[in-house]
Amino acid sequence: MKRLALTLAACLLLAACAGSPAVAPSAQGGTPSADQVNAVAKNLYCPVCANVPLDVCGTAACAQWRGQIADLLAEGYSQQQVYDYFAAQYGQGVLAVPPARGLNWLVYLLPPAVILGAALLLGRNLRRWQAAPSAAKPGNDDEYTRKLEEELKARR
Amino acid sequence: MTEEKKPTSFVGRVLAWGLLITLLALVGAQLRSSLQGVLTRGEQAPDFTLTTFDGQTITSADIEGKVVVLNIWASWCLPCKDEAAHLEQAWQHYQDRGDVIFLGVAYVDTEKESLAFIEEHHVTYPNGPDLGTTIYTSFRARGVPETFVINKLGEIASVKIGPYQSVEEIITVVDRLLELD
Amino acid sequence: MIADLGFFALLIAFLLALYACAAAAFGSQRGQQRWVSSARSATILSFPLLTIACASLVYLLANLDFHVQYVTQVTSHSMPMYLRVTALWGGQAGSLLFWAWLMAAFTFAVMLREWRRDRDLEPWVIIVTASTLAFFLALILFFENPFLRYWQGITGTVWAAMWQPTGAQPYIPMDGNGLNPLLRHPGMIIHPPMLYIGFVAFVVPFAFAIAALVTGRSDDRWIRVTRRWTLIAWLFLSLGLILGSRWAYDVLGWGGYWGWDPVEIAAFMPWLTGTAFLHSVMIQEKRGMFKHWNMLLVILTYCLVIFGTFLTRSGVLSSVHAFAQSAIGPMFFGFIALTFAVSLALLNKRWATLKSEVEMTSLLSRESLFLVNNLLFMGILVICFWGVVFPIVSEASGGIGRAIPALAHIFTGQRATVGPIFYESATGPLWAALLLLMGIAPLSAWRASTARTLGRAMWKPFAVSLVVLAGLLVGGMRQPLAVLALWICAFVFLVTVYEFWRGARARTGHGEHFFQAFWRLVARNRRRYGGYIIHIGVILIAVGIIGIELFQQETQGSLAVGERMHLGSYSIEYESLAEFETPDGRLVDRAVVNVFKNGEPLTQLYPRRDFYYESQQAMTIPGLRSTLEDDVYILLVDWEPVSASSATFKMYVNPLVNWIWLGGFVFIFGTLVASWPEADLQPVRSRAGVRGTAERA
Repeated sequence: MKRLALTLAACLLLAACAGSPAVAPSAQGGTPSADQVNAVAKNLYCPVCANVPLDVCGTAACAQWRGQIADLLAEGYSQQQVYDYFAAQYGQGVLAVPPARGLNWLVYLLPPAVILGAALLLGRNLRRWQAAPSAAKPGNDDEYTRKLEEELKARR
Repeated sequence: MTEEKKPTSFVGRVLAWGLLITLLALVGAQLRSSLQGVLTRGEQAPDFTLTTFDGQTITSADIEGKVVVLNIWASWCLPCKDEAAHLEQAWQHYQDRGDVIFLGVAYVDTEKESLAFIEEHHVTYPNGPDLGTTIYTSFRARGVPETFVINKLGEIASVKIGPYQSVEEIITVVDRLLELD
Repeated sequence: MIADLGFFALLIAFLLALYACAAAAFGSQRGQQRWVSSARSATILSFPLLTIACASLVYLLANLDFHVQYVTQVTSHSMPMYLRVTALWGGQAGSLLFWAWLMAAFTFAVMLREWRRDRDLEPWVIIVTASTLAFFLALILFFENPFLRYWQGITGTVWAAMWQPTGAQPYIPMDGNGLNPLLRHPGMIIHPPMLYIGFVAFVVPFAFAIAALVTGRSDDRWIRVTRRWTLIAWLFLSLGLILGSRWAYDVLGWGGYWGWDPVEIAAFMPWLTGTAFLHSVMIQEKRGMFKHWNMLLVILTYCLVIFGTFLTRSGVLSSVHAFAQSAIGPMFFGFIALTFAVSLALLNKRWATLKSEVEMTSLLSRESLFLVNNLLFMGILVICFWGVVFPIVSEASGGIGRAIPALAHIFTGQRATVGPIFYESATGPLWAALLLLMGIAPLSAWRASTARTLGRAMWKPFAVSLVVLAGLLVGGMRQPLAVLALWICAFVFLVTVYEFWRGARARTGHGEHFFQAFWRLVARNRRRYGGYIIHIGVILIAVGIIGIELFQQETQGSLAVGERMHLGSYSIEYESLAEFETPDGRLVDRAVVNVFKNGEPLTQLYPRRDFYYESQQAMTIPGLRSTLEDDVYILLVDWEPVSASSATFKMYVNPLVNWIWLGGFVFIFGTLVASWPEADLQPVRSRAGVRGTAERA
């Protein structure tokens, strides 16, 4: 049984080995390929179609935007410069994540702050609860696991 | 959110209620603005700055005391194509008067396509991109094409959602405003 | 006629719900049980009434009675019968009615239970459920009435009203607008109902929690009553989410299954708190601690359910899932504000009495590990919540910038987008930690575990997992993230399987055959082993997610007929494209693409673009070849009109994505095991060892 499970797990995981990381776009001059355009477009959102990334959006407006990206890449813009251009033209809402400035810092700072705060609180309380004098004797009082352990011990 | 430990304390209570009220206020404000709809007649037209494709800057100050036909369009929008000729004809009709201004605002459009559109439809009045979609947002537009006619007092006098069907339709609206003087 | 019937059934149900609230409140005030019983009967009656209302609407939809506005909005002649029926939840008004009907069904079920031991809770459970129902019915009656009919005045204007206005004639359009093409997928037939059931079912735990808070009853009774209800709600919510992912994968043509769309997240957030609750509730059952926290989680879950519903239906968020703008916003807003405020006030009031002595012997005990689990789930919730709310914050705070020009550069009022990268990178580590915890916590004991006992329990699976890790590295995997994540999956999988093995082995000591022992083990300890099965499902899902997220490949290219495009070990060849119309009102452009693997012909796929005339919408349906190893997913992006001499395709290879659906089945199966009623519950036999100690579920 164990060996079976093991083999299964190994097969399962080895299956994942196939495949290699995606190629990052490089766009120095020349006509950029559709893949290079899509790699940039993936992180842009056109206001016309809510929450659909630009690389898979089918509207005419999005097709034009992809054309614009191709033009900019052909002019030698870097990925970041393309994003800056689009943000300047159409507002920061087109970017997949807001640029870290001004109020937008809150996006990046608030969740970690809350989680860390809660973790600290939990840690402190755990220590306090642990320090509290306990009348109950330590030991396993989960009836099921106790019986299970006993049975297994008896079998050995 | 996870103030599990001591909301019985004063700080916890204030925090919990504060968070709840802030959240409700935010969502309420958002709900209000989503229900507001497009700017309506009689409201003051918001301030805006339009930098045209040929580099000219037009601000609210420049249009004071004039009747303004502000058309929001896009080259990828099919009804806008039908409407372009009507708008241009109407502009030709008023061009020499001096107290009527037509402005075209290209929404979510690329410069190349916008310019091609302007050339194809022989549009001669000033046109510019809606940088950062600020004009679209401040006029609370809901789509393209939408046209706002602003009277000489700077108030919204007419809102057209969708394309104008004829030159006469535009002229009727503008003439009525000019007659008011 | 039928519309009248439906409307009156709705109206009576509404009045009965109002009556139930009043009678229950009065009965509880005066201590008169007969008023409470009467309120209960009224609540029970709302279910058959709403069944009549729903059946009426289904009848109208099935018969395409275009006189009725809703029918015109969501159906058309070209739609087959099953879509006409499922159009019941294809629009705002109908889906609200459907929602109310499901809620009435759950209320009905809970009212029929044995109340003798919970007389004090009864009136409050009635008040909470009946008032919620009354609210939804009010929305339907006053804002989104699906039974409105078209009338035409003498001047030719057409409007919708319930009754015939004087001088107006019935107006019956020739055909309807048809259902939104996005919803015309078999997945859509069951995805919304599952999600809705998951949503509405949470009203039961919530009602019991509120009742316990109001009455001040601080014992565990409400937990015992509501645990299974919560599990059922959670089951359907999970099912709804999984089906929704599958639908997105098949229909939206993104190459993905989950877009971190605000509406998806809105449905996901109650799942997070619900999952946290299902874990932490065990601390309360075993150790009697953290009652206040469990109460908070149940209430939070329900609040997130209605908050999500509000966001989806009020037009506050724009999304592929959002309903058209609607007038229900303000009233709905009032409802959530009231629900949140009342819940918080009650929690505030009872917080001190709910708090109990906490005593932790060990940081590695089951209870403290569950607390860490809760911390992680709440962390993910915070990230999701903030991601959904921040765009609203960024836009609404523009008011501050306008008022105080000095701050205008901070509060720009420009709406920000919070996209998938944010959620993925922010929640990723937390998911990994949760996964790891899933491998450790089941081995820990209540009250006391030491590093030594824990180490003893898991060194074997750990050692084996290292072999897997070595296998991964030898196999050539070099992405550190993927290696780490897959190693965690392997470890947790092994731990869980080892637990099954140990349990079954203990039973074989009683002379049972191994597989028989295995079966009985699960049957007698449904909660424990159902939970473990769910964990295995989660691991499978995780493997699928790791596969598609970290190893997805894509390419796009324009192919002439006969030309090939390569991606990984696959290549595709464009053969032909045909354009034709279908009887249900679509113009279909369907490409024929040959797929090769390592140069060998594999199969033929038919990616297509469906254009719906009625709604002027196009849908991109992928050509998909799915195996356990990977999926080849091809989209038809564009083509040369008329000649079709060339076409543009987008091609994805999505490794392991099928494990997500496989894991989904295991997950749901585990939940069913865990929540299945123990019909054969026997008294604990004195000397029966593991066999007798079936956990009470």
